[in-house]
Amino acid sequence: MNEMTKIETTLKDWETDQEVRWCPGCGDYAILKAVQRTLPQIGADPKNTVFISGIGCSSRFPYYVESYGFHTIHGRAPAFATGAKLANPELDVWLVTGDGDGLSIGGNHLMHVLRRNVNMQIMLFNNEIYGLTKGQASPTSREGTKSPSTPIGSYDHPARPAAFALGSGARFIGRGFDVSKNLPDVLKAAHAHKGAAFIEIFQNCIVYNKDVFNDFAAPKGAEDRQLWLEDGKPMLFAKDTKGIALNREKLCLEVVDLTDGDWESAGVIVHDVTNRSVAHMLIEMPFGEFPMALGVLYDDPRPTFEDAVIQERKMASEGKEANLAKLLGKGQTWTVSGTAQDPV
Amino acid sequence: MATAANQAESGLPETPEAIVVRFAGDSGDGMQLTGGQFTLSTALAGNDLATFPDFPAEIRAPQGTLFGVSAFQINFGSRSINTAGDAPDVLVAMNPAALKVNLAALKPGGLIIADTGAFTKRNLDKAHYEANPLEDGSLAKFDVLAFDISEKTIEAVKPFGLGNKDALRSKNMWTLGLALWMFDRPREPIHDWLKAKFKSKTDIADANIAALDAGHAYGETAELAGPVKQLTMPPVQSEPGLYRTITGAEAVSLGLVAGAQLAELPMFFGGYPITPASAILHHLARLKEFGVTTFQAEDEIAAICAAIGASYAGQLGVTSSSGPGIALKTEAIGLGIMTELPLVIVNSQRGGPSTGLPTKTEQSDLYQAVYGRNGDAPMPVIAARSPSDAFEVAIEACRIATQYMTPVMLLTDGYIANAAEPWKVPDPDTFEPFPASFLEEPNDGDNFLPYKRDEKGARPWVKPGTPGLMHRIGGIEKHELTGNIDYSPDNHQRMTDARKNKVEGIIVPDQDVALGETTGKLAVVGWGSTYGPIHQAVRRSIAKGCSVSHIHVRHIWPMPKNLGELLKGFEHILVPEMNTGQFKTVLRDQFLVDAQPLTKTSGQPFQIAELEAEIAKFFDGIDGNEGGQVAANDQQLPSTEGGAK
Repeated sequence: MNEMTKIETTLKDWETDQEVRWCPGCGDYAILKAVQRTLPQIGADPKNTVFISGIGCSSRFPYYVESYGFHTIHGRAPAFATGAKLANPELDVWLVTGDGDGLSIGGNHLMHVLRRNVNMQIMLFNNEIYGLTKGQASPTSREGTKSPSTPIGSYDHPARPAAFALGSGARFIGRGFDVSKNLPDVLKAAHAHKGAAFIEIFQNCIVYNKDVFNDFAAPKGAEDRQLWLEDGKPMLFAKDTKGIALNREKLCLEVVDLTDGDWESAGVIVHDVTNRSVAHMLIEMPFGEFPMALGVLYDDPRPTFEDAVIQERKMASEGKEANLAKLLGKGQTWTVSGTAQDPV
Repeated sequence: MATAANQAESGLPETPEAIVVRFAGDSGDGMQLTGGQFTLSTALAGNDLATFPDFPAEIRAPQGTLFGVSAFQINFGSRSINTAGDAPDVLVAMNPAALKVNLAALKPGGLIIADTGAFTKRNLDKAHYEANPLEDGSLAKFDVLAFDISEKTIEAVKPFGLGNKDALRSKNMWTLGLALWMFDRPREPIHDWLKAKFKSKTDIADANIAALDAGHAYGETAELAGPVKQLTMPPVQSEPGLYRTITGAEAVSLGLVAGAQLAELPMFFGGYPITPASAILHHLARLKEFGVTTFQAEDEIAAICAAIGASYAGQLGVTSSSGPGIALKTEAIGLGIMTELPLVIVNSQRGGPSTGLPTKTEQSDLYQAVYGRNGDAPMPVIAARSPSDAFEVAIEACRIATQYMTPVMLLTDGYIANAAEPWKVPDPDTFEPFPASFLEEPNDGDNFLPYKRDEKGARPWVKPGTPGLMHRIGGIEKHELTGNIDYSPDNHQRMTDARKNKVEGIIVPDQDVALGETTGKLAVVGWGSTYGPIHQAVRRSIAKGCSVSHIHVRHIWPMPKNLGELLKGFEHILVPEMNTGQFKTVLRDQFLVDAQPLTKTSGQPFQIAELEAEIAKFFDGIDGNEGGQVAANDQQLPSTEGGAK
């Protein structure tokens, strides 16, 4: 985010007059509402807010937010956003992408926007399927996913968006899911982070990959399967009867049971959002044996790309005059006067 | 001196109007540097000139090999020079491979300067010579000046205590010194340049200066009887003013900076390294004080997308590449056309298809520029004809892009990008500004319509950050006024028409005739870097009495409105191109004229003589003309009223 003047708006102010064209019941509706709920809370200014997207169901998002919006081409949104941000660093840019857009065709750009650390919020809607092209397996589809392009089940190993982001050098990694009431909090934290903030949002594609996240996102028994992380707080779940501890022998995480809520003696880790190693372990925790790590997994800002670009331009321009006439006549020149010529 | 001086043929003329010199050596011999510095001294001496750097794609090809030969050709004279020259008068060959590769081009009776020190058994083997050509009489039809430049260089730099390997690095400066003497060029500018280049290594600077001076002194004092005489070439009569030399890549960069200033916009340049376009990125990266942001992207696609993103945010987005990179950018160009944002795309063409010939020149991306996109995606295309012309053309590209809200493709090629010529430095005060305007208020009563067009057919440019004008754009077909998603049949028809009409309606200057009459028997129609050879060939043909004119088209798309009528004033139309006839096709398509192709795809520019011979075929019975009769085009094709569309 930027140091901006906070503007008073309501959720309604962020709705466009455009008919929303997602399938009825699509998780995208919930994410749209969560974003429209978040924007007034962070004091966002519609005139400085820009939603930039690629191609896919998620990428229709900009049409539905009353701000500036640019629906670009498949996979390339990070590059457009980088150019816009370098041209005007004051813009508050939200990038909207999906698992196909961001990790297949646009994987390269996603990697580079993260490593460069261009200041923006990057929401990757992960529904583990290609929706808009009618249901082919995507790079995050689980092994064995049956789809029109993988009729007997997919056999390639899925990419892990948050692990990809961390490996690419992201300094903020958040996770949420479409209908979660906590999603606005994750978005707010992402916005408060100065730099590229990556948010993986699990999203239910009710037509082609229905309820694929129900194992952890279904309301019933959710507390046992979701680990909501908070900075400075112990990693507890299952109504504080279980926690995540570090197995020092194997150097890996493990689930520990608490007695009388005594997490300290059970060795439960206190979440430190700046700890990259622990963030890596949380991201890689296999679901099933472990709960799904959600919330802010990692948040450790460093200088942004656009600040460096501005700084470089300033240094390179210092003491130099932008005189076009002088520039054109630079180097070794000679004058012709009549017929005689003299080197200058 | 081991000369095989032979005066069988003409030798060098006593008072030549123009001389072509080719420096050739190993990639590591510094021939491009030698050529560049000789160019500078020639420019300072007031001669007109044109150069042609010709180097391999490999950075350091194995030493002494045929494919590792790097050459630099310069044509200079006391009259107007338009090309780098057909056949060299002088060939400097630093090793056997350089001789072998370049000998075929040398004029009969031309002068060969060879370094015998490099004609070792090993180097002769590498160049596939069975016998030493300097000794076996095979060079009898040339003048040969062969002596041990390597040894003389080592001797000259001995006082500086350099090892043999380091000492031999100055061989090119020794040779340059000799060349400077031969053509009576001042050494001081080169001294200054060496001192500046090796500011922190004064011993290296001094060694190079010593080598240069030694080469010069050798020419002066040694009894170079026979082939070598000092030639004095008077300065060319040029328009008074301040001059410098400029390469196409420099001219494009400066033109873009000037164009952005005239549009009153900061410039954003997104680039990705590719031969021969990288030089533009390098030049602009050093001009930050002019409000230029350069961004080396992760790939060609990201480079153009970032440029479009910057245009969207209110700067002048520019990207540059060569054919393969342009292919990658194509989808994004379509988005620029669809969202109607200003963008300049520079294509420094090279031999293709695919990776093709990275360091060789070609004009084979014309179809790609004019037609190469999905959907009906009209885009203006303009082409530079010479290194210095690229400056004006770059400004013109910025003007069209910002005034008409459209991507524009600027075509140069490997030849233009690398070649240098003298340039009369223009006065920026004489440039016509074309300030870009941003919409800041609703444009339809109280409503804002992002796609409501002005009289030019351009939609308004609105910067994000502007209060009250929030809107969404994208690549999906959009309503003709609101810009909201609209797939309805009538709307798509109207939007397709609107995009086409806007580009066709771009006002471009009328086509002039570069040389010759406005009607006649033959029009030689060119575009891009063929300007020089066509111009000289037409000049010579006119002098022989041929009714031939040179027409050179800058605005490839849309074409000048009068071009169709102009072409119809000629019985024949000949279109020389360094491709298989692409512009010929466009001309035929647009004007239904019988344009005949003359094509060349060897990676080398046209030679004047080959064009002259082709022109001659259209004329019979003219003195000195070896050409045959060409049937007149009796069968008129149907005329197209209305000209360029």
